[in-house]
Amino acid sequence: MPRYWRSLEELAGKKEPGESSEEMVAQAGGLDRRELFKFGGVSLALAGLTACTRQPAEKIVPYVRQPEEIVPGKPLYFATAMTLGGYATGLLVESNMGRPTKAEGNPLHPASLGATDVFCQAALYGLYDPDRSKTVTYLEEIRSWPAFLSAMRNAVEKAKEGKGRGLRILTETVGSPTLGAQLAALMTDLPEARWHQWEPANRDNVRAAAAAAFGQPLDMIVDLSKADVILSLDSDFLACGPGHLRSVREFSARRRSRERGQMNRLYAVESTPGVTGASADHRLPMRAADVEAFSRSVASLLGVIPAEGRPTPFARAVAEDLKAHRQRSLVLAGDGQPQAVHALAHAMNAALENAGTTVSFVDAIPARPEPQMESFKGLVADMESEQVDTLVILGGNPVFTAPADVPFARALEKVKLRAHLSLYHDETSALCHWHVPEAHFLESWSDARAFDGTASIVQPLIAPLYGGKTAHEAVTALTSQPERSSHELVRDYWKDKLGPDFEASWRRALHDGVIPGTAYASRPVKAPDLSSITRSAGHPAADSLEIVFRPDPTVHDGRFANNAWLQELPKPITKLTWDNALLLSPATARRLGVASEDVVRLAYRGRSIEAPVWILPGHAENSGTLHFGYGRSRAGRFGTKAGFNAYVLRTSDAPAGGTGLEIAKAGRTYPVVTTQHHQNMEGRALVRAATLDEYEKNPKFAHEMVEEPGPEDSAYPPYPAEEYAWAMTIDLNACTGCNACVVACQAENNIPSVGKNETSRGHAMHWIRVDRYFEGDPANPRAIHQPVPCMHCEDAPCELVCPVGATAHSAEGLNDMVYNRCVGTRYCANNCPYKVRHFNFFHYATQFRAPSMRMLANPDVTVRWRGVMEKCTYCVQRINGAKIQSEKENRRVRDGEIVTACQQACPAEAIVFGDLRDPRSRVSKVKSSPVNYGLLEELGTRPRTTYLAAVRNPNPAVEGAWDVEKRS
Amino acid sequence: MTPPPPRDSRAVIGPGHTFGSVTDKISSIVLTRKTPLFWAIGFFIGFLLTLLLLFAVGVLFFRGIGVWGVNAPVGWGFAIVNFVWWIGIGHAGTLISAILLLLRQEWRTSINRFAEAMTLFAVAQAGMYPILHLGRPWLAYWLTPYPNTMALWPQFRSPLVWDVFAVSTYATVSLLFWYVGLIPDLATLRDRSKKKIAQITYGMLAMGWRGSAMHWHRYDMAYLLLAGIATPLVVSVHTVVSFDFSIGIIPGWHSTIFPPYFVAGAIYGGFAMVLTIAIPLRAVYKLEDFVTLRHLQNMAKILLATGLIVGYGYMIEIFMAWYSGSPYEKFAIWNRMTGPYWPVFWGLMLCNIVTPQFLWWKAVRSSPLGLWVIAVVVNIGMWLERFVIVVTSLHRDFLPSSWGMYYPTKYDWATYIGTLGFFVALFFLFIRFLPMISIFEMRTLVPEAETVKKAEP
Repeated sequence: MPRYWRSLEELAGKKEPGESSEEMVAQAGGLDRRELFKFGGVSLALAGLTACTRQPAEKIVPYVRQPEEIVPGKPLYFATAMTLGGYATGLLVESNMGRPTKAEGNPLHPASLGATDVFCQAALYGLYDPDRSKTVTYLEEIRSWPAFLSAMRNAVEKAKEGKGRGLRILTETVGSPTLGAQLAALMTDLPEARWHQWEPANRDNVRAAAAAAFGQPLDMIVDLSKADVILSLDSDFLACGPGHLRSVREFSARRRSRERGQMNRLYAVESTPGVTGASADHRLPMRAADVEAFSRSVASLLGVIPAEGRPTPFARAVAEDLKAHRQRSLVLAGDGQPQAVHALAHAMNAALENAGTTVSFVDAIPARPEPQMESFKGLVADMESEQVDTLVILGGNPVFTAPADVPFARALEKVKLRAHLSLYHDETSALCHWHVPEAHFLESWSDARAFDGTASIVQPLIAPLYGGKTAHEAVTALTSQPERSSHELVRDYWKDKLGPDFEASWRRALHDGVIPGTAYASRPVKAPDLSSITRSAGHPAADSLEIVFRPDPTVHDGRFANNAWLQELPKPITKLTWDNALLLSPATARRLGVASEDVVRLAYRGRSIEAPVWILPGHAENSGTLHFGYGRSRAGRFGTKAGFNAYVLRTSDAPAGGTGLEIAKAGRTYPVVTTQHHQNMEGRALVRAATLDEYEKNPKFAHEMVEEPGPEDSAYPPYPAEEYAWAMTIDLNACTGCNACVVACQAENNIPSVGKNETSRGHAMHWIRVDRYFEGDPANPRAIHQPVPCMHCEDAPCELVCPVGATAHSAEGLNDMVYNRCVGTRYCANNCPYKVRHFNFFHYATQFRAPSMRMLANPDVTVRWRGVMEKCTYCVQRINGAKIQSEKENRRVRDGEIVTACQQACPAEAIVFGDLRDPRSRVSKVKSSPVNYGLLEELGTRPRTTYLAAVRNPNPAVEGAWDVEKRS
Repeated sequence: MTPPPPRDSRAVIGPGHTFGSVTDKISSIVLTRKTPLFWAIGFFIGFLLTLLLLFAVGVLFFRGIGVWGVNAPVGWGFAIVNFVWWIGIGHAGTLISAILLLLRQEWRTSINRFAEAMTLFAVAQAGMYPILHLGRPWLAYWLTPYPNTMALWPQFRSPLVWDVFAVSTYATVSLLFWYVGLIPDLATLRDRSKKKIAQITYGMLAMGWRGSAMHWHRYDMAYLLLAGIATPLVVSVHTVVSFDFSIGIIPGWHSTIFPPYFVAGAIYGGFAMVLTIAIPLRAVYKLEDFVTLRHLQNMAKILLATGLIVGYGYMIEIFMAWYSGSPYEKFAIWNRMTGPYWPVFWGLMLCNIVTPQFLWWKAVRSSPLGLWVIAVVVNIGMWLERFVIVVTSLHRDFLPSSWGMYYPTKYDWATYIGTLGFFVALFFLFIRFLPMISIFEMRTLVPEAETVKKAEP
């Protein structure tokens, strides 16, 4: 029975806020009344004694040498990089007096270009997560790091006799060149030792296809800025994968122009509705298992393979369009698709002569690319046959993430010495002898490579909070060399690679966050080997129900399960929080007789689990998606028992899922929490969209959809001209709905998470939300995103009704919220037509009371009390910071000097912020666009945040295909 | 034995009463008669529910407003529904006391005292809610204009500030009116009570009333002036309460019809509550002579009249939603009728429009039981009306992405039931310790008074 909680404190077993004295007593170790009085008496007596003695002089030691650059109140930024799946995203992390508080993208880094995704933004929460493991343990007892070292050295000494036989190391995908070199060196020393890699969201298919096509496992780099026509074969390239932030940047740059010739066209074929499909001009839902047939069909039309079957009109249109854009087209296959589809994509790109323009190839980025499933299965087989004496698991959580048919946990019991380096004392730690707390990447020295090979030094922002160790340090434990810090190891690795003046280059690399000239050279490739195009065995019957496994959009493979920011983040498209669910299309759900929140028993390949159903319009028929990463049993206060474990069904031969799923109703329901209950715009002109043809005929279409009030319609005079007039635009053509803005805002503005129960009660606090509407046929609706921050209305309905003047207009047009004046009538929230005001129904901010969480808060933003209204401020702390700076320099604030948190994170550059008073500012220019419109402007609120209407670029040859094109 | 004289349906006092018998009968309830078991049970229930209220409010203050069902988008829930409901109930008292006094409707005499008490107690319940529903209730005083070093004033454009003035003025005037009206009777009780404590208490409360001609002269003038002051309040209070909604931009709120429609609704609900209380009281305390069928019938007629006005208001609201051409207004009404809260809307229509139509029949108007049932139904209907206005307007407004549902929690219910209990407890205290019918005014209705009047030049 899942346990629900009302507040994060309640879940943590703490009392309600306000009982702090009781909490203190409880912390003092369960005092009873007698003891309390005893202590009280003693303290009183001692308090009297202190009066008799001189107080010891408390020395405040000033800096003997003031650290350079540290000015209290002024944050510093340090470049570092976050690695996921072996690929790095460069970050600039804000540090306030030594504590990192906010991650931003590094504009110099090729995979970031200044943008971030949700994982980068939420990394800070992960750093301060109070549930991180804090000590080295041996059999659950606290030990020291030297004790671990000696245990490991003994084991390695023993293994040395057999040249390392019996010693195994299991890592996630290693992207760090230093770690790769360390492990390679270790393998050289101990030739019989083995290094395995396992990550549930691996790229085995991608790699195998590249190896088969080109003879080596090259990584493909795409350049969407040159692609006019893109075909996505079940690839969510705008949401995940190496370099996806850059892809979004390039893709959106083309979309924002709204000019014929500039706008690209995206065809998406997908099973699970994702942000890529939502951004597509044509989207075709299709079982993941049918994508191969569709790919063959398009490939045959492109002349890559012999013709087979009768292609659908859609496939024909796609092929024609691709052919018409030779060298400027792109075919992408999804990570979950079998090797055959990837091979077809390579062949199609080659046939379309895309190599060199939209597609290029580089050496594989991970330190040692290998088929991970094979490696992992080999390890488990060896463990089962007791050939493994010592297993050192560096990161990852294989006990949880292992495929269902690979009995890792059982095999683990047969290993004589097992150690686990991990951020959390998780499922794997529980089955290991040794557990070593891992240093978070923001506490570590390391290095990493971006999708194009560009190397970055990962530098720590703070000393390890809990004495955590890096993988580098753990590996030195396995050598007989003296113990060395990660810092030294990383420096040593780069010593001879950074050119003659190492110190200068090193400092440059640390400062810039990238090491110049480390991007891999593009590899010329021969035409892909067409014989590599295999055909997956047996096309599944059309009515066979399919299950699709995908990494979760917010908790990924489960590693972020205890990250409250990510748990509470409404997932793109589904808008679910705190859970996963079996996603089914409306028609499939009807056929199976199930409704949303019905718990069903999923039986697949002899295994079964129970999970609730969530009906998702636009999902492929006869297909269900279950994201993996949920259902953890030892994740921490938030992740444990949240959601349903898809790994239980996921097998090694079909890690992306397959057909043959059976569903039976379990006869109960499970509450799944969504932040958006209504998906239909009800015919209201909220998101305004047109096709490129319509737009060219009538560029002002967005203005004709409602009756816009003129200045004469207001009884109030126009807004007086002050020095600045802050305003924002959001480009609906660029926004992919990736949610980065939501987490960025949460991190910047100290927005609390409220927990599943509170979210279900409509108490979520996100200052910016991404609304998602469906339009059209529920089988394949158009989905469109609309980020909604505060509109900062010039005639704000909220200001009028506040009885205490706690929300007021600033001279610069900000709708300010005066927290300490607010009494909490909630009238402003009622009267806000955009519903962007959020209320502290409980004292949610208590989560900032945990010692580590206290360090997370942005010092420039007030932490709000219970009973107080809050909302988007346009990041007023950043505005004022820039204004103070400009006043010191006796100038106006420059355009682009103020970047709001949402704007900064946005990979699509959909958000523009600036000063309307300056006619040359970017925001002024964008607002002069004919597609600029105000949401609900017919109410006369005169919003300062406006939207640029979406313009889609459908292929006239398939016009109407939206509705009529069904799988044939 | 002579048969009792036939009852006159137009009589406002039973036959055979003299000055003395009126005084005896009413003051004996307080002074001499044994406290009936009915009272003890009723008061005990009220007291228990008052404790429930204290508990619910304690939890609320301790943990925060989140214990209630309010959320985004429904920022106001039971608290405001109940506030408006109670304030509405509080309208009948002043209407009966002030307007009917000025209109010389002598039938008001026997019901005005407890109607005023009811007003006062209802306003007390109502007055609690706006404070309880604040996120930070300890700062409620910020809504009042008080001089402070920060030179901060309330935001006078907000109807919530007008509310503070309207409700507090109304509560003050109602209290004064009620108390001034009580003074001669308090003196009567002082003179008639045998116990020392009662004598001293009533004596202090009577403020030295001796019944001299000068006293009566001053008293009449003061009472008339207060009635004059109170009369506009009957209209103003609920008008201002309606501004809480009509100033808002929310479809279903933003409407100019609200002030008259709210006032009519308040009188409607207020009279329903007077009937709900009067009918059992006259039966239990055998006061049929004082609260006669004529009273009940008159109140039934007012109920019917105001019910029709309210019904007209509903129809105009629906018409205007269509006539406005605003898709949001249209949707708001359509959502009331067919959305998730449809039972509330149709329940409201049944209670407030259909039920009072029975009052067209004299037989129904003359049947205390029938009237009582109708009055209770109307009370429920008026509560549903406020629920429809507050909750169904908010739960689906402009952006479908933000639509939500409101479900009251156990603390919402506990607070509501608690205020019902507190109201009952206060009322039982009132009927036990104060004359529930104005003794001296009733004396003006007996035949002896007629002769005195005639004797005057």
